[in-house]
Amino acid sequence: MRYLPKSESERSEMLEVCGAGSLEDLFSHLPADVKLNRALDIPDGKSEYEIVDYFREQADHNATGYPSFLGAGVYYHYRPVLVDTVVSRGEFLTSYTPYQAEIAQGTLTTIFEFQTMVCQLTGMEVANASMYDGSSAVPEAAMMAVRITGRDQILTSRTVHPEYREVLRTYAQHQGMPITEFGYDSESGALDLADLEARLSNQVAAVIVQSPNFFGIVEDIKAAAALAHKHGALLVMVFTEAVSLGLLEPPRDADIVAGELQSFAITPSYGGPFAGIIATKEKFIRQIPGRLVGETKDSRGNRAFCLTLSTREQHIRREKATSNICTNQALIALMATVFMSVYGKEGLRELAEQNLAKAHYLADGLPKRFAGPFFNELVVKCNGTAPEAVNEKLLGKKIIGGLPLGRFYPELKDCMLLCATEMNKRGHMDEVKNAF
Amino acid sequence: MYPENFRYTKEHEWVSAEGDVGTIGITQHAQHELGDIVYVDLPRVGTVVAQGKTLGSVESVKAVSDVYSPVSGEVVEVNEMLTTSPEKLNDDPHGVAWLVKLRLTTPAELMNLLSCADYQTYIGEKS
Amino acid sequence: MILKTTPHLTQNEPLLFESSSPGKKGYQLPALDVPAVDAKTVLGENHVREEIEGFPEVSEVETIRHFTRLSTWNYAIDLGLYPLGSCTMKYNPRVNELVARTEALAWAHPYQPESLSQGALEIMAELERCLAEITGMDAVTLQPAAGAHGEMTGIMLMRSLLEKRGDARKKILIPDSAHGTNPATAHMCGYAVQNIASNSSGLVDVASLEAAMDETVAGLMITNPNTLGVFEENIVEITKIIHAKGGLVYMDGANMNALVGIARPGDFGIDVMHLNLHKTFSTPHGGGGPGSGAVAVKKHLEPFLPYPRMKREGDQWAFNYDLPDSIGKVRAFYGNFGVLVRALAYIMAHGGDGLRRATMDAVLNANYIRKMLEPYYDLPYKKPSMHECVFSDDRQAKKGVRTGDIAKRLIDYGFHPYTVSFPLIVHGALMIEPTETEGKREIDLFVQALISIAEEVETDPKMVLNAPYLTRTSRVDEVTAARKPIVRWKPKATASIAAD
Repeated sequence: MRYLPKSESERSEMLEVCGAGSLEDLFSHLPADVKLNRALDIPDGKSEYEIVDYFREQADHNATGYPSFLGAGVYYHYRPVLVDTVVSRGEFLTSYTPYQAEIAQGTLTTIFEFQTMVCQLTGMEVANASMYDGSSAVPEAAMMAVRITGRDQILTSRTVHPEYREVLRTYAQHQGMPITEFGYDSESGALDLADLEARLSNQVAAVIVQSPNFFGIVEDIKAAAALAHKHGALLVMVFTEAVSLGLLEPPRDADIVAGELQSFAITPSYGGPFAGIIATKEKFIRQIPGRLVGETKDSRGNRAFCLTLSTREQHIRREKATSNICTNQALIALMATVFMSVYGKEGLRELAEQNLAKAHYLADGLPKRFAGPFFNELVVKCNGTAPEAVNEKLLGKKIIGGLPLGRFYPELKDCMLLCATEMNKRGHMDEVKNAF
Repeated sequence: MYPENFRYTKEHEWVSAEGDVGTIGITQHAQHELGDIVYVDLPRVGTVVAQGKTLGSVESVKAVSDVYSPVSGEVVEVNEMLTTSPEKLNDDPHGVAWLVKLRLTTPAELMNLLSCADYQTYIGEKS
Repeated sequence: MILKTTPHLTQNEPLLFESSSPGKKGYQLPALDVPAVDAKTVLGENHVREEIEGFPEVSEVETIRHFTRLSTWNYAIDLGLYPLGSCTMKYNPRVNELVARTEALAWAHPYQPESLSQGALEIMAELERCLAEITGMDAVTLQPAAGAHGEMTGIMLMRSLLEKRGDARKKILIPDSAHGTNPATAHMCGYAVQNIASNSSGLVDVASLEAAMDETVAGLMITNPNTLGVFEENIVEITKIIHAKGGLVYMDGANMNALVGIARPGDFGIDVMHLNLHKTFSTPHGGGGPGSGAVAVKKHLEPFLPYPRMKREGDQWAFNYDLPDSIGKVRAFYGNFGVLVRALAYIMAHGGDGLRRATMDAVLNANYIRKMLEPYYDLPYKKPSMHECVFSDDRQAKKGVRTGDIAKRLIDYGFHPYTVSFPLIVHGALMIEPTETEGKREIDLFVQALISIAEEVETDPKMVLNAPYLTRTSRVDEVTAARKPIVRWKPKATASIAAD
């Protein structure tokens, strides 16, 4: 086995020190009935070449080289080369959680920069070091709102990503946290504020909305926040398309922002690993889940960073912790940090403007289902044909079309969700338009 | 070091009663065991708490310690200074860094607490 | 004597925000091939932001230097032994990084047609099969994103089965040596926690367990080997006690690196467990994530697994969402696929026999360290060690030096510290897990370092208390960080206004 760095003589020497005659002797104290007395049914160890070849072969059974118009929470954006250059450095790739601050300043500094940039983007005052992903950040935000308000009900918009809402339901089921959904306006595709108001009460801990919402529509966060606050509830804003923050007014009126940074140089990777975020107001800092990095000094008086406010976390507070979350997504968050540095202030805006332009070019001439303002995704009616049939037609041209919406919204079964980013070329967009 | 007129608990809280108001804090021994205190979580005024129930918590960098109420009563005042200057709890736990004042509902409870001498024996500091 | 390190220059580096200058760029977008649109016109004036205040403006070369300089301030497995107990910091094979970046895998969209995702599905199916074989369980879900996430999934599965039987029950039994995630998880799943004391050997006390077990108990969460690195020798009896009263047994798989190829939880009575693919199966920790917390179950829990599950339709894989008893989704999509690819590559490189050999070398390394250090450090529990060993600072504490101080001094010797002050049942714990990917030379250097520190504690304890000395950052003031949290950068002007 090529990853075991010992010669047989070294092994023997070490066994002798241990007073063991053989490696098997080290396990002689295990009860006989728990030992596996056969070999594992896993094929013999493979060479590097065979491993590369196996995965290449599997990749050949996946789509390769198809232009795609899928979005719906996972977006195709260009990944600057620097991203992999940085995250491939062993000092980042093969280090652990930075508990020993003196020899982890690299990771700690990048997380501090990450937290800062997330605040700058979202208009919030504090952000954590990242969550597993956007979908699990949503229930964590809901639980946080429950702790802050002392109330237990959650109101969520139906325009929040359907899979995020499914995850919220799973988390909530044993926590006495009832969830109610409210609707969207059938014309605009945006929040039905009247329905929201009708469902609000002094039992509601949080109102959860997404912008741009699942249909790509930019929501009126200010109005939703005003309604939530009138009833003493917190407003949680969710985002799945982080690039939109380069252009859209940040959700300053929200109390908690829970989002997904996949768009920032994280490959779609068939759904993960991604990096979620939770950002909030300074006054709620002790209720934020997950890790936080803080600035301090070392004993020589130099600036230094360390994990801080750890008493919120499971390894200290155990069953009273703010969450059971333990890992963050440091390496993925680092990808996002490098991405944000490469694009910077002007680049992120220009990138967002390109996405806006591409999606509006795509929309031009297509039967849009909703009239609300949209960023880089839109719902299109398939006018009599099934969305799956349109997609089949496109697959014939080696193009992956949009997401048929019937699975998540039965009332939209004749519609699909299309996304256009800076990576979609005009010619392919024309092909998509022709397919309708 | 441990005031004679205070009553103590085995969980290292003290109470000093004046009329029907009891001032509550944590002991010198408790702050020493915790080390540098970084945060103090206190109840809201008006909270009603029973003897032995959680009143709040005190945190060091790597530990959280619940504070249990030595007596039953209603919180009438909390020491706001501790929210901005938790380090005072290390400097003067029996004085300026008291935690809350309670209106005692059952003053007789004071009698089932430790005396100063008993407390010091309990923590092994009685010479 | 310090043998492994020599101080050398490291570069200073400001934060990105401090080296920014207006208009500096590190990017160029392609020319737009469609008409530009005016954002304020199409979105509405109130939806469009002003510039992102404070956001970085740096060039490409400054960006790469920035992150490269920062990287040199980190310790990493690539630099040496990383003996964090319970964390299984082993070598991360680079071929795994390469294959995870295979274009059609890395750029696969979770909603692309199943017919165009057969490679991804096959990889997940093969990994599920391997993990079931390794654990001796019947079914596996790859959806949970991390160990604690897997724990939550597992306890929810238990709860669903008990609910189906008519009573979800009230509490979960957890040994006092368990990881903090265990009680936090039980609480998130609506259960009260009852601690079970360890006996004088550091094992679950069977009599206490038997006394605690009744019809209000949903089950037991157990770590095996436990956090002392000791195999729970009564595990079969323990699972029988729980099962006899209708409970279920959850195993925290954090320490699975001690068992792969040697013993299988499914064979000793475990009903459900999670695996940390980022520990046992060597996917990189990356400074704290991403991980993957696959959950393996016995047949009776399979109907409750998160949807979707994979099924075979003719010669194709497909997702099955029609699972009425499923607990639901625990995260969007199907799991941390990129991590799964790496884990399967690791398993393929080893093969069945190689996995077993890896386990044996991991246990050999831990036992060797234990033998070598026993004369110098107190070993509170004497049962045979598996993949890690736990000392206490009992002898050094008499000189006023605690485990945390020894850890900091170890940094000067060129090593990442062991796990400090855990498990809680050992006062002043030094928890050491070397893993199998360390050679004798590196381990001997580590042993010599700890022996040398033990001597320093005798001769000059004060010196040890102020370590480390050779790092670019000396001991960090965590107290001020917690008292006055500063968790984001702010421009100087604003900061001084705030301070006034």
